[in-house]
Amino acid sequence: MGSKHTNELTYDAQQCSPGSSSQAFSVVNVLCFLVFWLCIINAWAVVLSACFQARALTAQTAETDAIRFLVGTQSLKFDNQIHIIDFDDENNMINKSVLLHDAGEIWHISGSPADKAVLTTCYSKSEFCVCVSCRPASESRVLTCAAVWRMPPEWESGNHESPDDSSNNPQTLELLCHLDNTAHGSVACVLWEPMGDGKRLISLAENHVLLWDLQESSTKAKVSTATLEGKGQLKFTTGKWSPHHNSTQLATANDTAIRGWDLRSMSQIYCIENAHGQLVRDLDFNPNKQYYLASCGDDCKVKFWDVRHINEPVKCLEEHSHWVWSVRYNHSHDQLLLTGSSDSRVILSNMVSISSEPFGHLVDDDDLSDNEESQQEDKGKEPLQDSIIATYEEHEDSVYAVEWSVADPWLFASLSYDGRLVINRVPRALKYRILL
Amino acid sequence: MSSATTPPDSDPSQRRRVHSMLKHYYGLNEEGKVTEQAESLDPCDINGPHFDPEVYLNKLRMECSLGELMDHESCMVKQIRFINFICLSTDTIRKMKNDFKKMEDEMDCLSANMAAITEFSAHISGTLQDQHAQITKLSGVHTLLRKLQFLFELPARLNKCLELQAYAQAVSAHRRARCVLQQYSHMPSFRGIQDDCHVIMEQLAQQLRQKFRDGGSSAKDLSECVELLLQLDEPAEELCDKFLSHAHSSTTNPFLSPTAGTDILEFIDRGCNEFVSSLCLVIASYQELFINRPQEGELASKNIPEMANGKLHVFVDTLAARYFSLVERRIQEEKGVSDNSLLVRALDRFHRRLQAISKLLPGSAVPSQGTEIVVRAARERIKQYLSALQTFYHDSLTDVRQALAAPRGATSKDATPSLPELLTSLSNFILNQLKSVLASVHLFTAKDITFSNKPYFKGEFCSQGVREGLVVSFIKFICQSSRQYCESAGDRGGSTPPALLLLLSRLCLDYETSTISYILTLTDEQFLVQHHTPVTPVTALCAEAREAAQKLLNHYVKVQGLIISQMLRKSVETRDWVNTIEPRNVRAVMKRVVEDTTSIDVQVGLLYEEGVRKAHSSDSSKRTFSVYSSSRQQIRYAPSYTPSAPMDTNLLSNIHKLFSERIDIFSPVEFNKVSVLTGIIKISLKTFLECVRLRTFGRYGLQQIQVDCHYLQMYLWRFVSDENLVHFLLDEIVGSAAHRCLDPSPMEQSVIEVICERG
Repeated sequence: MGSKHTNELTYDAQQCSPGSSSQAFSVVNVLCFLVFWLCIINAWAVVLSACFQARALTAQTAETDAIRFLVGTQSLKFDNQIHIIDFDDENNMINKSVLLHDAGEIWHISGSPADKAVLTTCYSKSEFCVCVSCRPASESRVLTCAAVWRMPPEWESGNHESPDDSSNNPQTLELLCHLDNTAHGSVACVLWEPMGDGKRLISLAENHVLLWDLQESSTKAKVSTATLEGKGQLKFTTGKWSPHHNSTQLATANDTAIRGWDLRSMSQIYCIENAHGQLVRDLDFNPNKQYYLASCGDDCKVKFWDVRHINEPVKCLEEHSHWVWSVRYNHSHDQLLLTGSSDSRVILSNMVSISSEPFGHLVDDDDLSDNEESQQEDKGKEPLQDSIIATYEEHEDSVYAVEWSVADPWLFASLSYDGRLVINRVPRALKYRILL
Repeated sequence: MSSATTPPDSDPSQRRRVHSMLKHYYGLNEEGKVTEQAESLDPCDINGPHFDPEVYLNKLRMECSLGELMDHESCMVKQIRFINFICLSTDTIRKMKNDFKKMEDEMDCLSANMAAITEFSAHISGTLQDQHAQITKLSGVHTLLRKLQFLFELPARLNKCLELQAYAQAVSAHRRARCVLQQYSHMPSFRGIQDDCHVIMEQLAQQLRQKFRDGGSSAKDLSECVELLLQLDEPAEELCDKFLSHAHSSTTNPFLSPTAGTDILEFIDRGCNEFVSSLCLVIASYQELFINRPQEGELASKNIPEMANGKLHVFVDTLAARYFSLVERRIQEEKGVSDNSLLVRALDRFHRRLQAISKLLPGSAVPSQGTEIVVRAARERIKQYLSALQTFYHDSLTDVRQALAAPRGATSKDATPSLPELLTSLSNFILNQLKSVLASVHLFTAKDITFSNKPYFKGEFCSQGVREGLVVSFIKFICQSSRQYCESAGDRGGSTPPALLLLLSRLCLDYETSTISYILTLTDEQFLVQHHTPVTPVTALCAEAREAAQKLLNHYVKVQGLIISQMLRKSVETRDWVNTIEPRNVRAVMKRVVEDTTSIDVQVGLLYEEGVRKAHSSDSSKRTFSVYSSSRQQIRYAPSYTPSAPMDTNLLSNIHKLFSERIDIFSPVEFNKVSVLTGIIKISLKTFLECVRLRTFGRYGLQQIQVDCHYLQMYLWRFVSDENLVHFLLDEIVGSAAHRCLDPSPMEQSVIEVICERG
């Protein structure tokens, strides 16, 4: 059952009694399970905790063996948590561990590319000041801060118990350093240097780009900043550090525009005005094509840009029926594109025409026997078309984050606001088509 | 008296008597007569030899009565007369006998004489023979001498001819002498003459050529010239070439300067009159000169007509090509689409005149090329009409736009037309324009136009040109440009006024339902289109129009939703929800939202039907609201009071979602008002929800949201098809706000109601 993709699992789940598949949902309590079993038979799903909303999702970037996702919760009333979701590919099981994140509700989370125990979060903390100087009513201020954390080393060893236990006795994250942004305002997101040594960070605060150098795992130094110029209150909503050009470029989004920055000079290198009709929600760089960029936004569109020709998008998808909040290229096969939207859908698209493998996967001739070669030729005759591979409708609420697994390129997770995390597989037929 | 009394004989005996008397007279003796002679010794027998008249008379006087005497006398008279006659004849015959004999003798004499004469004559001719031969010889010498004299005089004569410009004489003279001179050219004297002649003829030819080249001469002169030159062994090809080049300059010269400013008909007229007619003239005279002339002598062997014909074709083709290029350039300049009849008439004339060439020059490609030009012009014309229609469409849309923009600034509503009026006027404008264009194009196929019965104009022009190229393309263009409004406006922030989108959507829908089929039927009827090639079916066009209408309406919903969304979003994003004061009023934004929604409702209601709603009671607003809010209070706010059991709400919410249908926010709408409004409200409220989820609220922030949502609930339900939808979304908004609230203590329902009713 290990390599079966979702459709086949559906079949199995329908065949089997509810009890047999219950092990996949072992982290869910019985009530929740009932609800979920009714609607989620296509995929592995987990609810973090019934009372938590969640927006922040990341794959554990440095972890290349286990399929692991990190989810940060949003709650104003309770201590927030970071849920570590492990997917056991062999047994089709989901394991969940919980770490306490008591600083505040998590808006963004991101794992270090070098140390799998290190992560950053952007969290908002409401400060109640009930001092006399303030107004009699409780005056409060909400500020989003960012910090680098380390997971306690023990979480992995002894935390595979039932969820009820973990919620009872969760471990707390260890603060490595606070990325002080009081001078610049709320942080929208924190980005790690892609493929870096886990020392360099960028935080986007209001209209500033802040580049941080971590030293000795604790102290920090702000190297330089770039400021977004323009009329009115411009504010970065999101950004992405380009893995190309020796990690010297950054793309940010503010309102409807996408801007590119050179980190060496901290200056703007391009600006796609009106990239989307409305707010740009997310960006992602094609991991294999250095000038290609995908963006999504409130106009329900996903656009692909060649940053050398910014007047027109290379391609435009309009499949979602509401705002698109997240877009992600597959790390290995950049024709696979994942988008999550507040229409509660996740869409997996196959954008062959603008991928780095427009004619399918290139295989060395040495590896092929004659037989295989002829098959290859047959395949060459019918090139894959750009298409929607699948629309996943397991979510009941807006999907704010989607993420590919680092360890298994055929696996991805999506997170909806109601705290439901769904793990899906790329359909096996497509997988083989891409591979062969 | 005596004769008169001769007694009449009885008939048979009397006749026999006469016979015998004759026999007797001629001495013919028969045996029987001897007896008779013997018997007639009687003196009274009048026939006997012994007749005695005295006796006889006496006897008669004695014997006969007077009557008998009378009879006898008459009989006697008759007999006497007969006898007299006989006597006379006998005399004559006897005389003739004698004469014949005499004549015979004379004849003999004559023949003897003749023989003598013949003899003499032979003798004479024998003697004259020699002299005759001599005379013949002499006359031969005489002619020869005359010929020689002609020859010797030839140069002088030729010179004289040359002086007098009597070329024809000169040439005929030379032609006569040429052979002889050629034959005896070995003799020096003849050689001299020949050379002289040669020089002179050369000169003559030169002059002829000169004359030929000058071209000032009339056609007759020219043809004479050519004929003479041909007789002078001038190469026919060269002549053809020269003739043609001469003709070339003469035909094209006046035509080389196409003056601008003249209208096309005038231009074509000029072209026809000057170029085509002179070309025809040239062709005719050329054919007369080189092709149709009788073949004679050595000229026949050279096969001149074939060569000349080829040359003529080339000549005509090149000239025609130049002419055509000019005409085409001129036709291309004909951009104005106001009056098509002029062009059609011009083309007709053009085509008609070219037929003359086809008559003159049967194998020529010129007429067919001309037809092609006409076809091209017609095609071009259709394209121009299409673009004119498109421009017209754009212009009328601009007008509509201005009319739509006007009411905001205008003072009175009566002055500016309402949406339905605009729609009808726009659609009528377009239809009328299309009809007039069809009428203009129809001129191409009018019966009195010569080219209208060409296969192109019968078939392809009607089906491919007019129907597909004009009508279908125009309809497609309308759909396409409508779709473009959806695309361009979406990215650039709604440059198109929403009302225009709505109007266009209705226009496209009207097209789908009736106008397209009407237009196409009209076209088919007018042009009697026979579809040889597959044409776009009405259904496909209708589908396209419907698609465009759908897209426009969807876009309208999107744009209007976006406008309201933006208001809501700004109102949520810019406010500090944590540190807000206790709500006293519904926020102005919400009132604005309701106002805008109402005006949209009115706007859509002008063009689209009401549509169906799910049934609800007339007092739905209040009743549902209380149920809604009470249920919400029970379910939604449970966590704030009982934090220990947070599971329930979420579970219930999940279950609720599970059994409610998924809401597609930007989903296609139906062609009715309720559906449109539902779409707009969905989009707006969903935006509200998402914005709320991104904010953090204080206690009063939540309460303000409660108030706002209640206000929306009060007014928005009436616009949508299913009020539960509004309930659900507002429920979600308040629920999310509660989740995002630092101090979730909701406001009393009664207070909310009071605030909303006051506001």
